[in-house]
Amino acid sequence: MIAVELVKLARRPRSWVSIALLCGLPVLVAVFVAITHLAPPPGQGPVLLSAVLSNGSLYPAAALAIVLPIFLPVAVAVVAGDTIAGEAGSGMLRYLLARPVGRTRLLVAKLISVIVYTLTAVVAVAGTSYVTGRLLFGTQPVAVTSGGVAGPGLAGGAATSLSGTTLTPADILVRTAGAIAFIAVSMLGVAAIALFLSTITDSSLGAALGALAALVTSQVLVTLNAAGSVSPYLPTRYWLAWVDFFREPVLWRNIDRGFAVQGVYVVVLLGAAWANFATKDITS
Amino acid sequence: MIVTRGLTKRYGRVLAVDHVDLDVREGDRYGFLGPNGSGKTTVVRMLLGLVYATSGDIEVMGKPVPSRVAEVLPQIGALVEGPSCYGHLSGRANLALIDASGQARGPLGRRTRRKRIAEALEQVGLAGVDSRPVKKYSLGMRQRLGLAAALMRAPRLLVLDEPTNGLDPQGIREIRDLLTELNRAGTTVFLSSHQLGEVELLCTRVGIVDRGRLVLQQDLDELRAPTGRVVVHTPDADRAAALLDGLVEQRDRDRLVVAEADPAAVNARLVTAGLRVSEIGPERRSLEDLMLSVTGSGSDRIDAAGRRPGPGRSGPGEVAERAGEPAANAAGQRADGEAADRASTAGEGADDTGEPGGDSQ
Repeated sequence: MIAVELVKLARRPRSWVSIALLCGLPVLVAVFVAITHLAPPPGQGPVLLSAVLSNGSLYPAAALAIVLPIFLPVAVAVVAGDTIAGEAGSGMLRYLLARPVGRTRLLVAKLISVIVYTLTAVVAVAGTSYVTGRLLFGTQPVAVTSGGVAGPGLAGGAATSLSGTTLTPADILVRTAGAIAFIAVSMLGVAAIALFLSTITDSSLGAALGALAALVTSQVLVTLNAAGSVSPYLPTRYWLAWVDFFREPVLWRNIDRGFAVQGVYVVVLLGAAWANFATKDITS
Repeated sequence: MIVTRGLTKRYGRVLAVDHVDLDVREGDRYGFLGPNGSGKTTVVRMLLGLVYATSGDIEVMGKPVPSRVAEVLPQIGALVEGPSCYGHLSGRANLALIDASGQARGPLGRRTRRKRIAEALEQVGLAGVDSRPVKKYSLGMRQRLGLAAALMRAPRLLVLDEPTNGLDPQGIREIRDLLTELNRAGTTVFLSSHQLGEVELLCTRVGIVDRGRLVLQQDLDELRAPTGRVVVHTPDADRAAALLDGLVEQRDRDRLVVAEADPAAVNARLVTAGLRVSEIGPERRSLEDLMLSVTGSGSDRIDAAGRRPGPGRSGPGEVAERAGEPAANAAGQRADGEAADRASTAGEGADDTGEPGGDSQ
C-alpha cells in the first residue's frame, strides 16, 4: 500500500510542479542577488542571504530560509490536506477501503507519502540551491561573524562571541544536513495538522486551508508579546531555530525545543487523526 | 450470503435504517429496491464496513461485519454510488492501482494482474480502451470501468449500487446479460436500484425498503404470480359488463377486470355470447404496482407542511397482508390519496395568495 501511495504521489503532476516552484524561487532570488550584488544588510531580509555573496555553499541554507515562511508550508499543507480528503472527494476512499485496505494501513501509507514528499521537497530545494550558489557566488571560506552569518536578528548577542571561527566545507555540509532535518520535522508538524483535518473533512482544500489558518494564527501569536505565556507551545515558535546550526558552537537550546514541540504536535495530531479515521462512517 | 438482524443506523436525529432483516441466499440475484433516500446506500455501506451500524448484526458469508470484514471483502466486488477513478490516469492504470491497493497473493496477486485487468475490461466491453485519461471518458465508460474494478478479482458476491446508471439501452442489456451469466457461474448478485424495470428483468428475489424499513422481501416469481383475476379488453365492453355482471370489479372503457381465475373460461363465455375479445389474460401484479403500494414517495419530494403522500409507515408484520391485497386496489387507493393530498395543498396555496390581497385593500 505504501508503494501504491508513492506511485500515486509520483504520477501526480502537482507534486512535481510544486517542487519545481519551490526550487525556482531561490534560483530567482540568487540570480537577482548575483547580478546586482545587493544583498540585504545583515539582520534584514531572508536569513543568511547576506553571507551568501562570499560563499555559495551557504546558499542552500539561505534558500530554505526563503521558502520556509510561506511556500514550503503551503505545499506541504496542500499535499497532506489532500491525503484522506482527496480520496474522499474523488470517491476513491470507499473503493480503497472496500478493497480492502485497512484504515490504519491507509493512514500510515498516506503519512509516509507525505513524509517522502516533504523530504524530497526540502532536499530538492537544498540541492538545486547548492548548485545555484556554487555557480553564481564565490567560494571563499565562511567566517562565522556577527556581521556575516549570524544575521537572523534574533539572539544577535550570542553570535558576537563566536566571531572569527571559520567553517570548513564538511562543517557546512553537516550543519546544512542538520538544518534540513530540523526543517523537515517542522514541516512534519504542518503535515500532521493538515492530515488530521483531512480525516475530518471531505474537502482537501478545506483541510489545507485549515492547516494554513492554524499556522497563520500561530505566527501572529508568536509575535504578540501579550501571548508570551503560550508562545513556547506554538507550532511555529521555533521554526527559525535551525539558524542556530550555523553558529559556533551550535546553539542547541532552541533546536532541541523545536524538535520537542514538533514531536508533541505530530504525535498528538496523528493520534487524533487515527482515532477519528478508524471510527468514522465513510459517507463520501 | 448476507444476513442482517435488526440492522439500524441513526445519523443524529435521523433514522436512516430501521431494523432491517435482510436475507440474501447464495446464488440469488437480489434486487434491493427503494425510493431515493430510503436507506439503500446506507445499508450497502454497512455491508461493506464503510459505515458502522448503530445497532443490529450483519453477517456476510458467515463472518460478522464489521469485525471481520477484512476477511470477506476480498471476495466481494462492489460498486457503490457510482464509479470513482483518478481522472488523470488511464483506465488500465486506475484498475492496476486499485488492484495493487490491499494486499493479495496467489491467484489474485500481482503476477496475474495484467491478465485479470484485461479479462475484466473484456467482460464489461472496454477491451479496446486506449491510454487516454479517465476524465475524458463518457459516463457510460466510467460506469463500465467501475464494473470492471468490481469484477477484477472474480468475486463470489457482487454488491452493485445502480450499476446501469448512465448506460444506453444497449449497454444496460449487455450488463444484464453479463450479470446473469456471472450468476449462472455461481456469483451472488446484490443489486441496489430504484429502476424497477432493471430489477424486474434481472432479479430472482427482491427486498423493498421504504424510509429505512424493509417492507417486503420475497421471490419475484411469487410476487408476480397471477392475482386470481382476468383482464379483458373488448370493444363490446357494455354488453360484456352486463353478461359478467357481479364479476366485473373494475371497468376502464373497454378494459374490464374480472374476478375469475381462468382466462379461458371467461373467454369462452364471452365468445359464446357473440362478444368480440381483443385481448385477454390473467392479471399479474407489476413490480411497479407493488412498489407503489408498499412505499411512499422518495425523500427528494418535499411537500408542504411536512405532509408526505402515500401510505403511512408499515411495519414488517403488515407486509404479508399488503402483498395479498389486489394490486389495482392498492394502487388505486394510493393514487386517490395522493390526488386528495395535492388538491388540499393547492387549496392552501390559493388561500395564502388570497390573503395578502385582502389585506392591501
